[in-house]
Amino acid sequence: MTSMSLARGHVEVLQFLRDRTSVVFTFLFPALLLLLFGTIFGDSYDQAGVSASQVYASSMLAYGILTTGFVTMGAGLAMDREDGTLKRLRGTPLPLTSYLIGKLILVLTMAVAEAALLILVGVVVFDMPLPDASHWLTFAWLFGLSVIVCTLLGVAVSGIVKHARSAGAILNVPVVILQFISGVFIHPITQLPTWLITVASLFPVKWMAQGFRYVFLPDSMKSLEAAGAWELGRIAMVLGAWCVIGLVLCLATFRWSEKDR
Amino acid sequence: MEAIEVTGLRKTYQGREAVAGIDLVVARGEIFALLGPNGAGKTTTVEILEGHRRRNGGDVRVLGEDPGTAGRSWRSRIGIVLQDADDAADLTVTEMVRHVAGFYPEPRTADEVIELVGLTAKKTSKIRTLSGGQRRRVDVALGIVGRPELLFLDEPTTGFDPEARRQFWDLIRTLAGDGTTILLTTHYLDEAEALADRLAVLAGGQIVAEGTPATLGGRAAAGAKVSWQEGDRTRTEQLADPTELLRKLVADGADLRTLTVTRPTLEDTYLTLIGARK
Repeated sequence: MTSMSLARGHVEVLQFLRDRTSVVFTFLFPALLLLLFGTIFGDSYDQAGVSASQVYASSMLAYGILTTGFVTMGAGLAMDREDGTLKRLRGTPLPLTSYLIGKLILVLTMAVAEAALLILVGVVVFDMPLPDASHWLTFAWLFGLSVIVCTLLGVAVSGIVKHARSAGAILNVPVVILQFISGVFIHPITQLPTWLITVASLFPVKWMAQGFRYVFLPDSMKSLEAAGAWELGRIAMVLGAWCVIGLVLCLATFRWSEKDR
Repeated sequence: MEAIEVTGLRKTYQGREAVAGIDLVVARGEIFALLGPNGAGKTTTVEILEGHRRRNGGDVRVLGEDPGTAGRSWRSRIGIVLQDADDAADLTVTEMVRHVAGFYPEPRTADEVIELVGLTAKKTSKIRTLSGGQRRRVDVALGIVGRPELLFLDEPTTGFDPEARRQFWDLIRTLAGDGTTILLTTHYLDEAEALADRLAVLAGGQIVAEGTPATLGGRAAAGAKVSWQEGDRTRTEQLADPTELLRKLVADGADLRTLTVTRPTLEDTYLTLIGARK
């Protein structure tokens, strides 16, 4: 099964790289947004030694993972149902798990590349300092949990996407809304009405962005967070809970075909 | 053990019976064709046999197992040629065939299969760049790469040009010659006649006739129509056995330059069968 999963991962990555439009739009878009926001808002922070562009560089990691995980998976599964990929695989001895692991490998590969690109832009263009080893450790589990949550939710949401054509439109609604209310596009998040922060706190993106700010920004920046603290324990708990919710939703909504059952 | 045994198969969609009690037996090594107009229940039946769809009733055994519950080892013994897949467009023919081969315990090699379906010249081309007929041949390659005991072909030659169809028929005969059981659905009666050992006609979710291409629907007993020229008049006679008449015409020295003896074609029989249903 391992070799089949790896083989699935290989063809998933191969197909993604050969489809230039998706490379440009899903992969380079977060980096373009970072360049844009970072340039427009530049240095407008009071805190010493931190620029707005550095805050964007760290928060934007949450957006990068969300688009690679949630959008790639959600649209990818809808596409696989429509073009016959799933139907073909279901007629072979390939286990469903291997198919899903293949997708996870694709998302993981893209997310690693995406994160590397965003950090590179942050460091090279906006002078974002790289953190020490203990912060990288936090980065590792935060990154892993974020990818899993977004991937699972992507699989789950694909169940309600009827046609691959409409996938982009449907998936981008929650993505864009969550960017605005989760402290990715607008930070300090405390500028938002309290009830909106509460709403954002129910979803994973706010916690992902907060965690990545902990990793890349100086400790003093925690005063701009909603709770005035980094809340690493709570971040782990919320993302862990979303892993479970995502898995349950996946199992409930997964369909092999549009006409299944 | 037969390759396929079906008794009383039923499938309803929102109260409408798409398959209304089908009995079917396909022997090992046989090429069996399922004919019928659009909406007759062909694809539904085949998809139930493939394990792609659930049934509402009846007993189904495919290679000895219930396709509704059969596992991976069963799937490694069947091959499915999809009707309208559009997947893997960015992979090359070899890449995709090799990839799918990796799912099976004892696959054919990619080169062997690509050669069999006549795509050797295109093996490094991306599937996206192939013509419709070539694309379908990739589907066939993927269906047979796992060395299946039973192959499902749902309208496999739709969109083929005549030459490609002939080549495809040869391929199916080769596979059958190696002992592969083949279940085929088709719109083309010449295809059924050329390939099938036995066939069944499906209409309105039921089997209305079953037999060999020569005997289907009483075709063998349907007799013949003899017509010939008598002066400036065309004479036509419909007879159960034309032997006597022909002997007499020869003995009488009749003008036989325009003589025709026609027996009902498979198409005539088929149209009568499905027409009788409507």
